[in-house]
Amino acid sequence: METSITTIKEGKKVTIIRLIGGYGFQRRLRNMGIREGKVIKVVTRHPFGGPLVVSVDDRNTTIGRGMAERIIVEELI
Amino acid sequence: MRKIVLMGNPNVGKSVVFSRLTGVKVIVANYPGTTVDFYKGKMRLDNEAVEIIDAPGTYSLEPSNKAEEIALKILNQADLVINVVDATNLERNLLLTLELLENKKPVVVALNIWDETKHLGININVKKLEELLKVPIITTTALTGEGIKKLVSRLIEAKSPEEIKPKSEEKRWIEIGYITKEVQKITHRHHTIKDRISEATIQPITGIPIAIVVIFVSFWIVRFIGENLIGYIFEPLFELYRDVAMSISDWLGPGFFHDIFIGKLIKGNIDYVQSMGILTTGLFVPFGMVLPYIIAFYFFLAILEDSGYLPRLMTLTDNVFHKLGMHGYGIVPVFLGLGCNVPGALATRTLETRKQRFISATLMAISVPCMAQIAMIFGILGHYNFVYILLIFTTLIIIYVFAGLILNRYLKGESPEIFLEIPPYRRPSIITILKKTWMRVRWFLTEAIPFLFLGVLLVNILYAIGFLEWLGNVFDPVTEGWLGLPKESTTALLIGFLRKDLAIGMLLPLGMTPMQLVISVTILTIYFPCVATFAVLVKELGIKDMIKSTGLMIATALIVGGLMRLILIGT
Repeated sequence: METSITTIKEGKKVTIIRLIGGYGFQRRLRNMGIREGKVIKVVTRHPFGGPLVVSVDDRNTTIGRGMAERIIVEELI
Repeated sequence: MRKIVLMGNPNVGKSVVFSRLTGVKVIVANYPGTTVDFYKGKMRLDNEAVEIIDAPGTYSLEPSNKAEEIALKILNQADLVINVVDATNLERNLLLTLELLENKKPVVVALNIWDETKHLGININVKKLEELLKVPIITTTALTGEGIKKLVSRLIEAKSPEEIKPKSEEKRWIEIGYITKEVQKITHRHHTIKDRISEATIQPITGIPIAIVVIFVSFWIVRFIGENLIGYIFEPLFELYRDVAMSISDWLGPGFFHDIFIGKLIKGNIDYVQSMGILTTGLFVPFGMVLPYIIAFYFFLAILEDSGYLPRLMTLTDNVFHKLGMHGYGIVPVFLGLGCNVPGALATRTLETRKQRFISATLMAISVPCMAQIAMIFGILGHYNFVYILLIFTTLIIIYVFAGLILNRYLKGESPEIFLEIPPYRRPSIITILKKTWMRVRWFLTEAIPFLFLGVLLVNILYAIGFLEWLGNVFDPVTEGWLGLPKESTTALLIGFLRKDLAIGMLLPLGMTPMQLVISVTILTIYFPCVATFAVLVKELGIKDMIKSTGLMIATALIVGGLMRLILIGT
């Protein structure tokens, strides 16, 4: 099932399906390893609408909640 | 002179490679018309002096921010490129490598952080990678210096592959996927202690208490180092110097020159804080009171920066700073500003929009005292009661948050969100830290001391012609009437424009109560930045925004000063 990464539980691994946004937005994410087909894990979700820390290839990236909402993922089968 | 440029992603140990290649003569350079710093140095290559430039870290050659634009411009001047690659994060780093190979400049790849690959279960077939990329690849561990000699000896082999295939972004990622699969094998690894520490410091529940402890311990250590440097080194030196200064005093005899160079004698002796001569107070304030703390602060800041803790602090504070219209990067100008407001003002560049930069710069100018000021606050209020110092800092923090909330609410413009890579913790390299500390301390000495001398000189001249007394009378309704301070403190507040540390020193002989000192020191922080910071802010924000910002500072100073008087003194 496709869903935004903000809904995924901490510690869970999922696959990135698509990035919603303009060229610049997609590029910035891909440059930091967040791109389609990659396995991504939610490390922590800061409360009160704070940022998410996600991990791809064992590297952590902090990403604002609004941006994270535009990362669409699918649960691993 | 030939130019060698170091290119690489952020956090790949590029500056450590740079430190290893260059000697002590390293300068911080600014790209014309901008404020993004990069380092320049020299090395000898086959008996020829070559220039080495450490370009700002970049993820790709299609720039998405100011620093990346500069990196691209620096690259265009290069005769040879050393591409520093993080061996523990090969796939992501290869994007820049491929782009560099398409750029037709001779390239050598330094596969850095090589020692860590073994611990992480990463196996890279370097020979195969060399065959695929068709440029020399040297494994290095810059931290220990391993591989650096080999890197230098193979610089002559640098080349640009003959067959250049300009590619689309998509094709690059496909090629990267292929290369990584061919050369890299990762065996499963267990979670290490380092991973656990890393996680604990970014989870809010454990991370926030840790951050508070880290900040308090940092300040405690800075104070400890600073106090001991003063007590055991700088004060004894100034006691030795006293005889010299006294004989100059005798030789000059009373008069104008005595006032300028030595200043007033207090009970027949020189008082280093109150005498106000260029050769007494003018030397003692920067060297005897401020420099020790500057050294301690920058040393510790470099450790925090190079260990990789700052990005975690940015993550933890992001929520708060986002409510104030910025995001996690907003802590950087605050931290740097605590050293000196000038680099703090320059650091506002890391924020993306005009609104964010305006808020960050204005709030820093209003409520972040620099280390010179903090050192003087400790020097003067330290022997009363620690509560007074706490009172000043609490007030400043409250102002920061309140003013931020208001500015975010009423300023137009966007506040984009944080997007930041968190590098693994790394052991900082001692040479890089010492070099960084030294460069910043040297910068303080060359920038601050001329202004201090000028300040002392100006005070003496203005005092001699009676201007200061006149000014004191003019502003009396504000200082005495509104803020409840003696009218002589006006002079100090005005000199604060030149040097805040000197201004705090000038408050001492006025015989104020500790509460009055608390108020005047707080006002001194808020009402206006020093001239050096002011000049940078005008450049950063533009005249129009700076006028707005200045208005806010003065208004805040008056409101807060009046309130503090009501609450702390009561009349």
